[in-house]
Amino acid sequence: MTTPNTSPGIDLDDTTRAELERAGVIVSKVDYLYNWARGGSVWPLTFGLACCAIEMIASATSRFDISRFGSEVFRPTPRQADLMIVSGTVTKKMAPQVVRIYNQMPEPKWVIAMGACAISGGPFKQGYNVLKGIDRYIPVDVYLPGCPPRPEAVLQSLNYLQEKIRTQDIKSDPAFTVGRRQYPVPEFTGTDLEPPYNPEVWQPPANPNAQPLEEATA
Amino acid sequence: MSNATATAPNYELIQRDGLDTGLLEISMGPHHPSTHGVFRMDVKLDGETVVDLQPVFGYLHRNHEKLAENMSYLSSMPFTDRLDYFNSMTNNWAYALAAEQLIEIEIPERAEYLRVIMSELTRLVNHVSLVGFFVNDLGALGTPLLYAFREREKILDLFEQASGARMMCNYFRFGGLRNDVPEGWLDRAREVVDRFPKFLDEYEKLLCENEIILSRTQGVGNLSKELAISAGITGPMLRASGESYDIRKVDRYGIYDRFQFRVPYSEGDVGDCYDRFMVRMLEMRESIGILKQALDGIEDGPVLGNAPKVFKPKPAEAYGRIEAPKGELGFYLIADGTPKPYRFRVRPPSFINLTVLRDMCLGQKVADAVIILGSIDIVLGEVDR
Ligand code: SF4
Repeated sequence: MTTPNTSPGIDLDDTTRAELERAGVIVSKVDYLYNWARGGSVWPLTFGLACCAIEMIASATSRFDISRFGSEVFRPTPRQADLMIVSGTVTKKMAPQVVRIYNQMPEPKWVIAMGACAISGGPFKQGYNVLKGIDRYIPVDVYLPGCPPRPEAVLQSLNYLQEKIRTQDIKSDPAFTVGRRQYPVPEFTGTDLEPPYNPEVWQPPANPNAQPLEEATA
Repeated sequence: MSNATATAPNYELIQRDGLDTGLLEISMGPHHPSTHGVFRMDVKLDGETVVDLQPVFGYLHRNHEKLAENMSYLSSMPFTDRLDYFNSMTNNWAYALAAEQLIEIEIPERAEYLRVIMSELTRLVNHVSLVGFFVNDLGALGTPLLYAFREREKILDLFEQASGARMMCNYFRFGGLRNDVPEGWLDRAREVVDRFPKFLDEYEKLLCENEIILSRTQGVGNLSKELAISAGITGPMLRASGESYDIRKVDRYGIYDRFQFRVPYSEGDVGDCYDRFMVRMLEMRESIGILKQALDGIEDGPVLGNAPKVFKPKPAEAYGRIEAPKGELGFYLIADGTPKPYRFRVRPPSFINLTVLRDMCLGQKVADAVIILGSIDIVLGEVDR
């Protein structure tokens, strides 16, 4: 029996591979090995914000058992975590802390925005104290909709994340190219956040109804 | 307004036994695994002893009240789910009770029974998870919490079959319930209720006389009956301090006057963490008793009364309160004749129970502050609203 082809892109037919394996040689790509190891041991941060956190905890318990996917090691400290599940409503008072915790996480790091609130403010979007999506300050890898998402959905979002990890390329990996990614921490002024978003990671969507200035005035 | 971690540690030198030691100020939270959400305590420590404690709120302030004042009465119902997100059914009920006082409305018999069934199941979910988290805070990582969540899932399945959602049920309506339970649901509920005592036996055997739990919780976080009453503490926390006060007995809202049940409370005038833990364990037994009676008494019939299509009450005030698993949950509404409430106010039990945190923690070890907080049973969605 031969192992599955772990080196897509390397031109090697199955017989040669089998022969090499018998001799104790495995041909693979560093990328593949790296991503395989990373994707199978994503350690999430123990980080609950609101209602969605309860479903995140539920996904770690025996019925759903996130450890089947290698992510049962919830770490309370950002220094040991790879994945931040932003599970719940991010208020304006809390947003600076969320960014700060993200900054403290070492590379490689990923973010899942769990629940309508973390994606866009959700049911509380109209409120004066709710941030309309955490992606205004930190880059989000997987958006997980729901209010709250079911634990199965948490598992699926983890699978999507693993799929994304599988396509990563060491040459462009921020861990090697830029080091630990850090984003400016917004300041809570008592009424609002300053700045309202980080232009590096988020831009307000273009208004489809906007007309060019000349046309509007003509 | 102070920013979270902007305050530098503040060392004040004090003399003890000829040594210079310092008072250490640490900020626990808002991201701390033991704060059950985004709550922050600024603790001042002398060695390991807590000499001062300031709670800091507002990290989950989601403008519930303001949002509710800008929408019709019924649209607030799903928002009440998200107040205390463990207990969406009881939140719904308290709000429905308040709104039902504003208009004349008849609640069908079957709906009343189902309301009791749902809210007692919710109480089981809350207490069983609370005990799991509480023991988790004591250092028993995993096992008791996993047991608790295993039981919780069984009840959540029932909720899902009835309302379509696991956590945010949005099941109650003014004048009854949104829909009847599906066929066979009552049998399944009976099965879950019948099996629950077996689990409780196991849980009690595991925890109640556990050496570590006894030594870490007995005599820790004392709350006197006097202080509890004057601070407005309600729910299991008040009962653990020796006052047998339960709104199910006092108000007899719904049809609670038809059921036989006892209100567990601790003897003596002071309650500690162990009392609070035990009161909840005993309450679960009583809830099972109520559930059994309700499941036997329920009969067929409609579940939604003659609720008006447009809910537009005359100017009036109403206060509806229930015995939520965490204490007295009340909704205060002022109607001004429009389809929106003029004022919508929530009386959150866990916020008011939290006000005695400082009194309970002073003089205790910092590790005990964590379990004292755990024994209060807070949910930040409700504390900050
Ligand atoms: S998305 Fe829904 S369940 Fe999740 S935190 Fe927001 S309100 Fe709560």
